Amino acid sequence: MTASDRQAAPFAALLFGLRGAGLAVGLTEWMTLMQALKTRVVRPELTDFYRVARAILVKSEVQFDLYDQVFAAVFGDAEMPTALADELMEWLENPRELPQLTAEQMAAIEQLPLDKLRELFEQRLQEQDERHDGGSRWIGTGGTSPFGHSGYHPGGIRVGGSGRHRSASQIASERRFQDYRGDRVIDVRQMAVALKKLRRLSRSEGQPELDLDATIDATCKNAGELELILQPPRKNQARVLLLMDVGGSMDPHARLVERLFSAANGLGHWRQFSAYTFHNCVYETLYESMWAQRGVPTEEVMNTLDPDTFLIVVGDASMAPTELVSPYGAIDYWHRNETPGLVWLHRLRRRFTRSVWLNPLPESWWRGYTIELVSQLFPMMPLTLEGLDEAIDQLLRGRAAPVADLDPSLIRSQW
Amino acid sequence: MTEKAAFTGTEQYIASEDLRRIVDVAVALERPLLVKGEPGTGKTLLAYAIAESLGLELLTWHVKSTSKAQDGLYVYDTVQRLHDSRFDDKKVDDISAYIHLGPLGQAFNSERRVVLLIDEIDKADVEFPNDLLHELDAMRFVIPETGEEISAKQRPVVIITSNSEKELPDAFLRRSVFHYIAFPSRELMADIVRVHFPDLGAELLERAMDAFYALRGVDGLRKRPSTSELLDWLGALIATGVAPESLREHVPMVGTLIKREQDLALLARAAKGPGGRVR
Repeated sequence: MTASDRQAAPFAALLFGLRGAGLAVGLTEWMTLMQALKTRVVRPELTDFYRVARAILVKSEVQFDLYDQVFAAVFGDAEMPTALADELMEWLENPRELPQLTAEQMAAIEQLPLDKLRELFEQRLQEQDERHDGGSRWIGTGGTSPFGHSGYHPGGIRVGGSGRHRSASQIASERRFQDYRGDRVIDVRQMAVALKKLRRLSRSEGQPELDLDATIDATCKNAGELELILQPPRKNQARVLLLMDVGGSMDPHARLVERLFSAANGLGHWRQFSAYTFHNCVYETLYESMWAQRGVPTEEVMNTLDPDTFLIVVGDASMAPTELVSPYGAIDYWHRNETPGLVWLHRLRRRFTRSVWLNPLPESWWRGYTIELVSQLFPMMPLTLEGLDEAIDQLLRGRAAPVADLDPSLIRSQW
Repeated sequence: MTEKAAFTGTEQYIASEDLRRIVDVAVALERPLLVKGEPGTGKTLLAYAIAESLGLELLTWHVKSTSKAQDGLYVYDTVQRLHDSRFDDKKVDDISAYIHLGPLGQAFNSERRVVLLIDEIDKADVEFPNDLLHELDAMRFVIPETGEEISAKQRPVVIITSNSEKELPDAFLRRSVFHYIAFPSRELMADIVRVHFPDLGAELLERAMDAFYALRGVDGLRKRPSTSELLDWLGALIATGVAPESLREHVPMVGTLIKREQDLALLARAAKGPGGRVR
């Protein structure tokens, strides 16, 4: 590594680190940060660089934790700051020339596939775990590395004392923002915000409405001659059916599911919202609440609801295989279902072409026969903020491919 | 010339060091500052504090669900003009007399630098922030009716608050500086409380904070009590002369802290259950 490379090293490492970790830091933000450095808005302390760079580069509290991790990886943990931190300090104390990205580097930022970047980043991270003095290895470890590039001013005088940059790295390694992460469990309001995106604005349905403001405006401009402005109605036409598993294995997730229900129920945002519960698997009856003895025939729910209804099923899809695939397999002793649960799920899926399954279990636990069968039938997402967002995107994206007929060999009466 | 003074918070508004620095950075870079945070953490008050601290005039634009980006620039009062056209003594030829500048237009037009607060930008239509992008970037716009160009004489300090009701567009985010007001730590909260109630006894403060943070910790609350509710509640405690030690087993006037019926019911349930000692 040449001395001129070193000049841009800390900045490039941070930028590529963030992008590698999946934060879409673009050139606009990058240039803003450079402007901040150039105008000496940033104080020559690592702590100040930490918070100013965060304010400019990261635009959601959900991503603060990722930023903290990358920052700690690049500039060292509390005990062992990296060489890059020294270089950054050096530069901050003595900003002679703006660390410009070359044209190739800029192109690299926009073009490098994210997975490649991430791979590189993780590789570097690991190296750094082994060797904390290895900060300089971030740059230029071979011809394929996107990090090594030419042409900046020679390094300045080494001033940065080690005591100073401790605090920023400490702050970063405290990871105070873990709770805001998008893949963590979520509260009612966050769920409501996510669910709000589930809308279908139709301009074709219904009588056109009078746009009063536009009419007044047009009429007045028309010197008082009445000019009516009409527009198609804008109402949310979305219908939503929420089915919730309240079986025993769902007990640990009861609060989470309850929150989802509160969020959906309190929204008042859809043309129609119905919610039912089931035990482990859907059979011929759906229940209005967990304690309800009598329910509504599943058939009736399916037939009365518009096929365009968004179906959201919440459940861990974990049960004994017989509960899913066998006639009379239902877990309740007195419950005698002639039709296996899988058939009912298949019918639901077929009736409601826009459907998703939210699973409160972490994705890494999605193993087992029943989960596999269910996830072949329904697109399955984890019940987290990210999962919910993904599910809603999936619902809005349009109809899924038609469902194939159920493979009869899956249905077994004996296990 | 831009003001060199740094934002320090005000007597009434205690800002963390992070926040103070980020405000300075946004002012220096002339970028809009986007502020998010739990309701009641002082997002809106921040703009008032900045205006006071930097000695600038404040213009506010409270965004509603029906707000359009255009409203912030100017409104052309066609109705008044039509009305006036019925009388001979009004000069209706002069359209500019019927153009009223909105908050953004006023901020641009002001001779002195001002602070412009765009409050709760996420309430409006999803396209709203995008519609403002150009104006906030270039700090000027043209009124087609008169051909007049309004351009910023002094770039205003723009503070934008959001409650994350809706996602803000990427292009908009890229151009702003972002700060998340984290919920105050106990120490900072104690400072904030002392500003508002300088005579508050140490014991009452301790007990009240215990109860407050315990309430906030109750799982499943739909709306957790925030700073503003704590201040209201303390005001009520002082007014009614509650004894500090009584706060240990009972939270009086819990309605000041918890506003939702479901949350009150949840608390009642939690109190009965194991480990529930609230109320």
